[in-house]
Amino acid sequence: MMKSDFWRAFVRNKGAVLGLVILIAIVVLAAFASVFFPGDPWEMATAPFQPPLSEDALLGSDMLGRDIASGIAHGARVSLLIGLTSTAAALAIGVTLGALAGFHGGKVDDAIMRFTELFQTIPNFVLAVVLVAIFTPSLTTIVLAIAIVSWPPLARLARAEFLSLRTREFVQAAITTGQSSTSIILRQILPNSLSPIIVSASLMVATAILLESSLSFLGLGDPNAMSWGYMIGAARTVIRQAWWMSVFPGLAIVLTVLALNLVGEGLNDALNPKLARSRG
Amino acid sequence: MTTPLLDVPLLDVRGLSIALPPGADRPLAVDNLTFTLNPNEILCVVGESGSGKSMTAHAMMGLLPAPHVRVAGGSLLFKGRDVLTMPETEQRSLRGGRIAMVFQEPMTALNPLMRVGRQIGESLREHTDLTAPARRARVVELLAQVGLPNPAELAEAYPFRLSGGQRQRVMIAMALACQPDILIADEPTTALDVTTQKQILDLIRSIQAERHMGMMFITHDFGVVAEIAHRVAVMRHGKLVEYGPASDVLNRPQHPYTRQLIASVPHYIEHRDDHAKAGAPLLVADKVRKVFNVGGGLFKKSKEVVAGDDLSLTIHPGETVGLVGESGSGKSTLGRSIVGLIKPDSGRILFEGTDLLSLDRKGFRPYRRAVQMVFQDPYASLNPRHRVGDIVAQGPVAFGEDRSKALARARDLLAMVGLDGSAADRFPHEFSGGQRQRIGIARALAMEPKLLVADEPVSALDVSVQGQVLELLDDIRRRLNLAMLFITHDLRVAAQVCDTIAVMRRGRIVEMGTAREVFTHPRDAYTRSLLDAIPGKSWHIPDDLQKVPAGAH
Repeated sequence: MMKSDFWRAFVRNKGAVLGLVILIAIVVLAAFASVFFPGDPWEMATAPFQPPLSEDALLGSDMLGRDIASGIAHGARVSLLIGLTSTAAALAIGVTLGALAGFHGGKVDDAIMRFTELFQTIPNFVLAVVLVAIFTPSLTTIVLAIAIVSWPPLARLARAEFLSLRTREFVQAAITTGQSSTSIILRQILPNSLSPIIVSASLMVATAILLESSLSFLGLGDPNAMSWGYMIGAARTVIRQAWWMSVFPGLAIVLTVLALNLVGEGLNDALNPKLARSRG
Repeated sequence: MTTPLLDVPLLDVRGLSIALPPGADRPLAVDNLTFTLNPNEILCVVGESGSGKSMTAHAMMGLLPAPHVRVAGGSLLFKGRDVLTMPETEQRSLRGGRIAMVFQEPMTALNPLMRVGRQIGESLREHTDLTAPARRARVVELLAQVGLPNPAELAEAYPFRLSGGQRQRVMIAMALACQPDILIADEPTTALDVTTQKQILDLIRSIQAERHMGMMFITHDFGVVAEIAHRVAVMRHGKLVEYGPASDVLNRPQHPYTRQLIASVPHYIEHRDDHAKAGAPLLVADKVRKVFNVGGGLFKKSKEVVAGDDLSLTIHPGETVGLVGESGSGKSTLGRSIVGLIKPDSGRILFEGTDLLSLDRKGFRPYRRAVQMVFQDPYASLNPRHRVGDIVAQGPVAFGEDRSKALARARDLLAMVGLDGSAADRFPHEFSGGQRQRIGIARALAMEPKLLVADEPVSALDVSVQGQVLELLDDIRRRLNLAMLFITHDLRVAAQVCDTIAVMRRGRIVEMGTAREVFTHPRDAYTRSLLDAIPGKSWHIPDDLQKVPAGAH
């Protein structure tokens, strides 16, 4: 019953449905990239500098004759992979620390929050660049770097939720009926704090994709993985002669981030019914 | 002031219907409601939550949450003219000018960023031609009229400096600013302590009499009705079920629902036998003291607030001890200390001779089972994501009981508190407030406690439900021979269920004795003022609606 309620609320938001459709399309594109575009996206497919709608390359080719469309399809894999795994890692760090801080309060809270602020005082992107530069660019290091710079907001959010839920009477009832702290955190509080965390995690996937693109643009991407950011970065010198090389990967980024934001918004409406109603 | 025409009532509500959005629990919030309000009259509109009493007032003030809720039919005639069909500008000048309203929650009804005087001055600026200095003078005059000390100084204060009772006085001053013909008061005293409630009721009554206003007073409490009403309208599920002069409705109620409501008004039962204290005490609290540190930070010293000091109390097996006090008196602090949610700074809490405060986490664990708590808010005390059966069974499972066995017993307990078998598989949001409180009681009983600490278990419930839950608690405690610490702000409720009563004020117990002693011969002045403040104490509940004394079973 609760599931169907959730769907009804989600579907009511037209933008969210549109976002979900785009997102599914991108996932399908990523999953079947090798079927749609067999062969290595790094290989030369046609003559260099082919404009869009030419014979061998629907979206044109770059200065080394690589197919842009193929690059976008294979790049979708990298973007989604990095977006999802780095968000998962950020969730693991952020929610754990935030939950501990919020539940225990006092000195534990102080220590964890000062540690969190340490990360928040350093600009995200600069820290990510430094981390990737130190650990040589690869998919793993990029994912880790993005996770390390993006967990603090999640920790703050989880902490706030835990702080307020901890004083709720059902949590106190759990204490008086002798349940252990672990069980209270995992079974009583966490399920009730998930909605806002899920919402901000969905938006964080979008931020992670942007971060990865920016890193690749600066040449700090994984040299073995075709990614949207890399494509734009490589094409920037010839943007005036060959606009299609940077515009199509750019559009891919815009669409993905937009779709994720729309879905996040929809999740927010569906998971926080009070908010959704006030928007009428 | 306009001279009231006797043949035209001040307010004439004819067949008013208010529609709820599709998907609500009923199509009409208010269904074909008809009543009149005369000048110089207090009309009490009584009903439980969801009866549509506030909706009626909101319709009059244009406060219905448009577009979901709207007036579906009928008319609201103010001095013969229909408010609902007036142009918007005319309606606006009526509201705040001729019809004013006082809200329930004084803590949120004032703008926290605006000085009190300016907030009152706003409606003067809107509805009168007074100059700024004249307005200021009028504001001070109004504040003095509602009995606030230092009105000139107070006008410059921000709302956070005022107590709940003072804020409610400010709200009343604001409503009176333009000398309205009608004052609508929506549960204006519900959020206040009982002694403050008395003061505000006295104030409202004297102001109404002085200005010959027509007043519509919305309440759920028949005690309050008995204090102030001239006429009474009883509402249920959006319909008017009984309407008449106060003396008739209070003393000779006709409709079964009115009779049920009046019968559920908690009152002192004269014949309850004193509790025979047998054997060794179950629990002894000895000079318990708790200080909270408020505020403070890395570089700032925190402020000390003494929540409880020198609290001593004894509970015998099978005895119900009532802990009565106003908000902030420290009664919950003591209750929470006993169940181990708060660690007091000094003193002893002996349970069957063992000092609970000297035990570490592990040593305290066996006693967790023996002392259980029933919480105040039935909506916050159950985890919304767990099934009711699990909620009840979680405690025993944490103590190593087999899950399927615990679930089976949870079903038995749910039946015992009067819920049917299917309840275990459902989620808390499918239950009403009273039913949820029953679930909370079942959860506490699942641990097979010897002492039940009930922290305001009925104060969030409607009166009729309140009565049922109190009966259930009384019944269970007798069947299981439970001792109970019953924390409440309502002396009437305490009188109904307690053997012994301890009255608390500002972190101290000022008086403790048998319920009979405390009610008939109060020793402390504060107890006397509490007793004196009970609304409707001079009203004698009709004999056939009096409760059967608990001792007579």
